[in-house]
Amino acid sequence: MIQYIIKRLLQTIPVLIGVSIIVFAIMRVFSPDPAPIVLGQHATIEATEAWREAHGLNEPIIQQYFTYMGNALQGDLGTSYYTKQPVTQEIFSRFPATVELAIAAILFASFFGILIGTISAVKKNSIFDNLGMLLALIGVSLPIFWLGIMMIIFFSGTLGILPSGGRLNPLLQPDHVTGFYIIDALLSGDMAALKDAIHHLILPAVALGMYSMAIIARMTRSSMLETLEQDYIRTARAKGISEKSVIIKHGLRNALIPIVTVIGLQLGSLLGGAVLTETVFSWPGIGSYTVNCILKSDFPVVQGVVLLIATIFVFMNLIVDIIYAFLDPRIKYSKKGD
Amino acid sequence: MMLEVKNLTTEFKQKKGTVRAVNNVSFSVAPGEILAIVGESGSGKSVTSLSIMGLTPGKVSGEILFHGEDLRKKSVKEMQDIRGDKISMIFQEPMTSLNPVHRIKDQLCETIIRHMDLSKEDALKRAIEMLTLVGIPSPEKRINDYPHQMSGGMRQRVMIAMALSCHPELLIADEPTTALDVTIQAQIMELIYQLREKLNMGVILITHDLGVVAESADRVIVMYCGRVLEEASVVDLFANPKHPYTKGLLASIPRIDDQQERLYMIRGMVPNLADMPAGCSFSDRCDFCMDKCRQKMPKLKEVDGRAVRCFLYHDEEEETE
Repeated sequence: MIQYIIKRLLQTIPVLIGVSIIVFAIMRVFSPDPAPIVLGQHATIEATEAWREAHGLNEPIIQQYFTYMGNALQGDLGTSYYTKQPVTQEIFSRFPATVELAIAAILFASFFGILIGTISAVKKNSIFDNLGMLLALIGVSLPIFWLGIMMIIFFSGTLGILPSGGRLNPLLQPDHVTGFYIIDALLSGDMAALKDAIHHLILPAVALGMYSMAIIARMTRSSMLETLEQDYIRTARAKGISEKSVIIKHGLRNALIPIVTVIGLQLGSLLGGAVLTETVFSWPGIGSYTVNCILKSDFPVVQGVVLLIATIFVFMNLIVDIIYAFLDPRIKYSKKGD
Repeated sequence: MMLEVKNLTTEFKQKKGTVRAVNNVSFSVAPGEILAIVGESGSGKSVTSLSIMGLTPGKVSGEILFHGEDLRKKSVKEMQDIRGDKISMIFQEPMTSLNPVHRIKDQLCETIIRHMDLSKEDALKRAIEMLTLVGIPSPEKRINDYPHQMSGGMRQRVMIAMALSCHPELLIADEPTTALDVTIQAQIMELIYQLREKLNMGVILITHDLGVVAESADRVIVMYCGRVLEEASVVDLFANPKHPYTKGLLASIPRIDDQQERLYMIRGMVPNLADMPAGCSFSDRCDFCMDKCRQKMPKLKEVDGRAVRCFLYHDEEEETE
């Protein structure tokens, strides 16, 4: 198992090299020259040239790439052209917000997705099934920004029970330890901040998780339907155990493998930042920030973020594969790969 | 009688209409008795057993009296208490009948803890005892295995151990040896036979293997298209089969002392349940078919102390509802 994990970790290296080459090339070929954007329209040609020289943009692109990668290997992803802050710092000041939102969204999506999917499968073709699958259909088809705006109008406008945006009431900011407000609030024992952070999290998490929930519900339903037809389900019933045990312990437990795959992939993409949700809810995450940086040709930031997202994706896949081995004892990651 | 099944009928609703998989079947099982139900695929053997267990999705009617109480009138909870405890079942497919993600230990203990008032440690002890009883070597080790780490024969032994772990009064064995090697088949049958003696439990042995029947059963029911065609003691049935279908079945067993070129074969195919011939369901394939057989279904009637459903032996026809 450990050998397998090491092998998989080594496999991430070529993936990251490939991703870095692609993003490096795309940014330089398709993005506008950052110099006039940074310096403004009225900058002199000399000043622009000097800025380009200073930021190494006049070097051949291959040399630029190797310089960048050399620095990156030492943990230096460069500095933002605009804020002049190190890219790592720029990313990590925003990343906890994205992670917090993504995890909240995936928890919401997994819980309700598995619940709806299981009920739909157990009560196949009943009114519950039809309602559940209708909900799933709505979930995959609703545009996220529209859902977000509607929820803001209803829950913060009409009912006034939840905040319309932001991560936290600025007055309640807990001491910065991890950057995750919920964890920070718990660590400092600040219940008011905790409550406020959770309140801020609910609407964006639901809006963001709705699509994933629908996908998970559909996957759970089909996987459960298949599992409930298996011979061992009949055996479980013949043992006289309760129907609840039959469904959860024998059914769902076996149906989980494809569901876990979907959850893992969904979480991977949520962690890459949710531009629309972050924009609608003024969530200070990495998604909307990155889009801004792309538009402003802030090369170092975009490269850094893309590398981070690629790394996360690779790791999510690895984690899913490791979870497989725990869920299904028949899966063994041996050296020979059999 | 421990189990008395009276006029059991199980119907399945299909797109083209209702299909009777089990049609007016009656039989009984005494403690310590092995009753074999024989028939081809689709004859309703398995549905009969699942109907007794209350595990068929079809619509069941008739009476299933277990110690005089009708199992059909029991609540879901009461049936769960009976299943796995007083009546338990072994299935045809040992390879797929165990849950692949749980250890043997957990699957065995689940039944034991469900039905017996035992602590976890005692349940585990009992589970190991059961594995010893069914002849699994080093059970203390094998009990930690997952099903995929065992062979088909071992898995069927685990199934039997599971079915017997709460000392059932009635064991329903649905083709317990079909998926196994011949040597393993003999071992498993021997095991069921011994345990029957030891625990004085009644056994319903469902099979299409007449060899197995001849070796182990006390009484035999021959089923065809959901109906009982003949019922007799195993000695009578093999010595003197009455129904043409039973005769055909017995004639199609290969014999070592017979120098036949070709094996006997019952002509035709089992009719589709949704499209049955008028009259006797076997009429299309019967060598002794008379005009009457094509119009009326004969009654299952006692003749010489055994029952047969054929106009060759009596004239009574089944009343139609």
